[in-house]
Amino acid sequence: MTDEAYNFAYLDEQTKAMIRRAILKGIAVPGYQVPFASREMPMPYGWGTGGVQVTAACLVPEDRLKVIDQGADDTTNAVSIRKFFARTAGVATTERTVEATMIQTRHRIPEVPMKAGQILVFQVPIPEPLRFLEPREAETRKMHELEEYGLMHVKLYEDIARHGQIATSYAYPVKVEGRYVMDPSPIPKFDNPKLSCSPAIQLFGAGREQRIYALPPWTKVESLDFDDHPFKATKAAHDCDLCAAGDSYLDEVIIDDQGGRMFVCSDTDFCAGRRAKGHKGRLWAPEPEAAE
Amino acid sequence: MIADALAGGFTEAPVQSARAFREVLEAMARPGTIRRVVGALPPAPVSVAAGVVLLTLCDGTTPLYLAGAADCAAMRDWVAFHIGAPLVTAEYAAFALGRWEDLNPITRFRVGQPDYPDRSATLIVEQDKLTNQGPALTGPGIETANWLNLPETAAFRANRALFPLGFDTIFTAGDQIAGLPRSTRVEAI
Repeated sequence: MTDEAYNFAYLDEQTKAMIRRAILKGIAVPGYQVPFASREMPMPYGWGTGGVQVTAACLVPEDRLKVIDQGADDTTNAVSIRKFFARTAGVATTERTVEATMIQTRHRIPEVPMKAGQILVFQVPIPEPLRFLEPREAETRKMHELEEYGLMHVKLYEDIARHGQIATSYAYPVKVEGRYVMDPSPIPKFDNPKLSCSPAIQLFGAGREQRIYALPPWTKVESLDFDDHPFKATKAAHDCDLCAAGDSYLDEVIIDDQGGRMFVCSDTDFCAGRRAKGHKGRLWAPEPEAAE
Repeated sequence: MIADALAGGFTEAPVQSARAFREVLEAMARPGTIRRVVGALPPAPVSVAAGVVLLTLCDGTTPLYLAGAADCAAMRDWVAFHIGAPLVTAEYAAFALGRWEDLNPITRFRVGQPDYPDRSATLIVEQDKLTNQGPALTGPGIETANWLNLPETAAFRANRALFPLGFDTIFTAGDQIAGLPRSTRVEAI
């Protein structure tokens, strides 16, 4: 049930209209960061206030919402945002990617491919990909205006000079439709190829930095690279220890003080779904039957 | 007359505007696809769809330009009561409503600034009908190609050439809407 003390989806109507206008301009200029008047939300900055505002502006009562934090449905951030919208918008929630119509995500794209009709909302801490190279907003804005992205290539080149390869492993910069360089939010670069030509609408919200940007479906997104150092979507060279998946992004978990470790899918829904189908990994042990 | 102006708005604004926005979002994100919206009944000759778009996106902070037949006393009263958007000339408009011939010359509208391309106008263009026949549309949001009966192609091709500047367009007819953001490439016919 919707909590009657709140407007539908928490925000007031004028705020939602303002966010909706920003989202539409973002859709019209893919990859460009649209400034918006970010509101204070009942959670601290850094907990997804940008994503929450974008989700609030897009939600309809018929939606089925999934929220993930680093791929997991059961972490604090994911649970609290899911409960927030269940309470203020009365929407159904789910942990299953295929059932969700709207997915708010912190730093992952689900392993199951997105479908048309789904909306993926990313929480973004620093939307400006050039910010750590050039701290002045006036300058970075000029660089986007003039398509002056040489500095970003210098950064990737210095990676190669120092480490022999591009060492940037997350928040890997992308170029959208050959025009704007965009920060894909801190998703692992393993997820970068999924951004391109997705059938779903992808929206990015940065609350503290007050920016919204967007990728319409079927938008071409290229990860920046060099001819002799092409982009590689990397992951740990292991299979999942629970579900034996060899093609999913893995988290490394330390399991004792003897150097023991295990690798598990970061996408909990994907991993549980595979185990339900009978896939068993190296360390999988079914939970003991509950006492009668 | 006053009674007309008071009627025809959303009866349950939070939910109706949310559903309407989802349709507008899908329309703009997939240029050329035709979607249906409901909930508004603006005075004639403004269509239901145009009324819904205004109620969903406009408020007191968005200067609005009414062109041609849409610029009538009944519509001005309706906008004043339901939306409160200041009515302005084309040059200052964030949103503009009218038929294509009334909105011309479209070079009057804001196309944004090189450093802030989002500061551009959104045109709500009233048509008699929307069909998926006409010039081919390609670009972001379109897998292969979509087709839409545009009033003309030259203006939209010129608009695309300004990218990332340019105006964005929402076509309306009856209760149907279709989007044409500036990023869409329009086939020359």
